[in-house]
Amino acid sequence: MGRLLYEFNESVRIAMAQIRANKMRSALTALGVVIGIVAVTLMGTAIRGIDIGFEKSLAMLGGDILYVDKWPWLGAEDWWNYVDRPYVKPEDVLKLNRIIDSTENSELEFAVFSAFRATALKANGLSVSGVFTRGTSADYGRVLTADFAEGRLFTDAEDQAARQVCILGSDVAQALFPARSALGATVIVAGQPFEVIGVLARQGSFLGLFSFDNQMVMPLGAFHKYYGVRNDETEIMVKMKDKNRIDQAREELTGDMRRVRGQQPGQRDNFSINGGEAFKEKLDPIKKGIAFAGLFVTGLALFVGAIGIMNITFVSVKERTKEIGTRKALGARRFTILLQFLIEAVSICVLGGVIGLGLTYGLFAGVKAAMPNFPIEFSLLLVVVSMLVSIATGVLSGIIPAWGASRLDPVDALRYE
Amino acid sequence: MTPPAPAELRVMRPVGPLVISIEGVTKLYQMGEETIHALRGVSLEIRRNEYLAIMGPSGSGKSTLMNMLGCLDTPTSGRYEFNGNDVAGMVDDELAEIRNREIGFVFQTFNLLARSDALRNVELPLIYAGVPRHERHERARLALESVGLADRIHHKPNELSGGQRQRVAIARALVNRPSIILADEPTGNLDSKTGVEIMDLFEDLYDRGNTLIVVTHEESVARHARRIVRLHDGLIESDRLAE
Ligand SMILES: Nc1ncnc2c1ncn2[C@@H]1O[C@H](COP(=O)(O)OP(=O)(O)O)[C@@H](O)[C@H]1O
Ligand SMILES: [Mg+2]
Repeated sequence: MGRLLYEFNESVRIAMAQIRANKMRSALTALGVVIGIVAVTLMGTAIRGIDIGFEKSLAMLGGDILYVDKWPWLGAEDWWNYVDRPYVKPEDVLKLNRIIDSTENSELEFAVFSAFRATALKANGLSVSGVFTRGTSADYGRVLTADFAEGRLFTDAEDQAARQVCILGSDVAQALFPARSALGATVIVAGQPFEVIGVLARQGSFLGLFSFDNQMVMPLGAFHKYYGVRNDETEIMVKMKDKNRIDQAREELTGDMRRVRGQQPGQRDNFSINGGEAFKEKLDPIKKGIAFAGLFVTGLALFVGAIGIMNITFVSVKERTKEIGTRKALGARRFTILLQFLIEAVSICVLGGVIGLGLTYGLFAGVKAAMPNFPIEFSLLLVVVSMLVSIATGVLSGIIPAWGASRLDPVDALRYE
Repeated sequence: MTPPAPAELRVMRPVGPLVISIEGVTKLYQMGEETIHALRGVSLEIRRNEYLAIMGPSGSGKSTLMNMLGCLDTPTSGRYEFNGNDVAGMVDDELAEIRNREIGFVFQTFNLLARSDALRNVELPLIYAGVPRHERHERARLALESVGLADRIHHKPNELSGGQRQRVAIARALVNRPSIILADEPTGNLDSKTGVEIMDLFEDLYDRGNTLIVVTHEESVARHARRIVRLHDGLIESDRLAE
C-alpha cells in the first residue's frame, strides 16, 4: 500500500518535471483539451442559464397558477380546432368558484377573472401607449406574483363601486413620473382621471420576451365601463393549493370547466388550460440544440486533443526508453511504469482542463459584468465534470503508449540509444 | 589504459553461502534469418563475499551473461538459481522484485535520472521497495556518504563530474543492501585516473562485505578482482582465482 503511494507521488513529480521541462510542447498538446473543456463548460453554462432564467420567469407567471383561455399558449397550428370555442367570461368564474368551493379536498383554491387590452395613459404632461392593462377583481391580489413598491391593490368595495383607481407597473410609473412617486397622482385613461393607489416593484421580463413592468391594473367594473365588455382578451387565473400536484390540479380543473361549460362526455374540451410549464417544452429544442453543438465541438476537440496527447506520450516513451530500462533494472514493476506515463498524460489533460475552466470563467465573469441579465450560470458541477472529462481523456489517450512502455524488455530498453 | 598497479597486499575474505548457481545456460538471439548464440552453455557458481571479474573480447557474451545474472533477462535454456530460487521460470514482475531487493546495478553510462538530484536518484530503488519517506532519505544520505559524496547530495547529475556520477550510481546500487552488485564496464566512460578511484571504491566495498561482479575487457580493471572468469564466443574459457 505504502509502495503504491510512493510510486504515485514519484510519478506525479516526474510528470510535473516533464511538463516544466517541455512547457511549449505540453501547452500545445493541451490545446485540444482546453478547447474541449471551454466548449463543454460554455454549453453547461448556457443550458444552466436558460434553466435558471426560466425558473425566474416561471415565478413571475406564478408557479402555482393555472390559466384557462380560449387558446392554448403554444402549439395552436391547427387553429381551426379552436376558433369556434367560446371566450372565457366572468360568469364562468362565478360558476367555477362555486364548484371549487363545493368540492371536497379540492386541489384548487379559487379562480380570478381578468380582461385585458393595450391602452394609452397620460399624466404629468407625458403620455405612454401600449400599456398592458388588466381589469380584474380584488382577488387578483392573491394571485399577483409581484410585490408592491408602494401602495396597495384596490379593495372589494372599490371594485364593486367601479372606482377609478389603478396600479401601475414600474416601467409605466417610471415613464410618467420620472422625478417623483406616482402614488396619489392622477393619470388619464380613456379620457378619464384614475387615481394611482399602488406601484408594483420591478419584475423584469419573461424569458426576455414580455415585460411585466409595462402594465396597469384596474377594477373590472371600471374596465368594462370605459372599454365595454369585449370578450376576446380574457383569461381565468386559478390558484392551486400545492404546486407540486400540478397534474392533479389540471385534471380537476378540466373536469370543473367541462361542468361550467355543460359539456357532454365524448365532446372535446372547448377551453385550454395553460401554465408556465408549457414554455418549458418550447425551450427543450433550444437546449437540445446547444447541447448537441456543445457536445459535438467538445467531442471533436477532445478527440483531436487525445490523439495529440497519445502522440506526445509515445514520443515521451521513446525519448526515455533508456530511463525505463534503468527504472526496471532498479525494480520498477510493469504497473509502476504504466502509472508513470499514464499520470504524465493525465497531468497534461488536467492542465488543459484547468486552463479551459479558467478561460470559461473569465468569459462568464466578463459577460456577467457587461450584461447582468444574460442567462448564463457557472457552477461547481461544471468544475467537477470538466476535471472528470480531462482525467478520462488523459487515461484514454495515455493508456496505449503507457502500456507499451510497461511491457518493454529491460535489456532492450537499456541498450536503446 | 590504467597504469600497472603497484604490488600491494590483497586480502581475500572467506567466501560465504551460494548466491548464484547457473548450469548449462544458453541464450539465443534471432536476427532475421540468423540465430546468434550469445551464450552456448555456461555454468557458474558465485558465493557471498566474492569479487569476480568477467572478462573477454567484445562480442564474447559478457553483457548477455551479466544481464542474465542480474535477472534482467532469462536464459533460453539451462538452469538458474538465485539464493535457491528458480529464476528461469519467473515472470517480469517477480524478476523486478528480485532486482529491487537482491541486485545493485552499476552501468557504464551511469544511467542517472537527469532531472533528479543525487539524493533522489539514490532513493529510487527504495521507492520501488516501498520504504517510507523518512527512512528513504536517511538511507540514501548514508549511502551517498559512504561513497564520499556527503556534500553533493542535492546536486543534479549535470553538476557532477563523471567520477562523481558513477559514485552516485554506486550509492544507488548499494542502498537496498543487495546480495550482489553487478557492474558492466564501470570505468568504460571514465578517464584512467578516475577509473582508478572507482576501482579503489570497489575495493572498499569488497572490504565492507559486499559481493561484486565486474564485467570488463581491461586487464587492469580485472586485476582488482579475486577471481577472473574469461569468456570466449559464448563459452567459459577459464575460471580461476587471481594470483
Ligand atoms: N538483443 C540482442 N539482439 C541480437 N543480438 C544480440 C543482442 N544482444 C547481444 N547480441 C549479440 O550477442 C553477442 C554477445 O553480445 P554481448 O553479450 O553484448 O557481448 P559483450 O558484452 O561481451 O560485448 C554479440 O554477437 C551480440 O551482437
Ligand atoms: Mg558488453
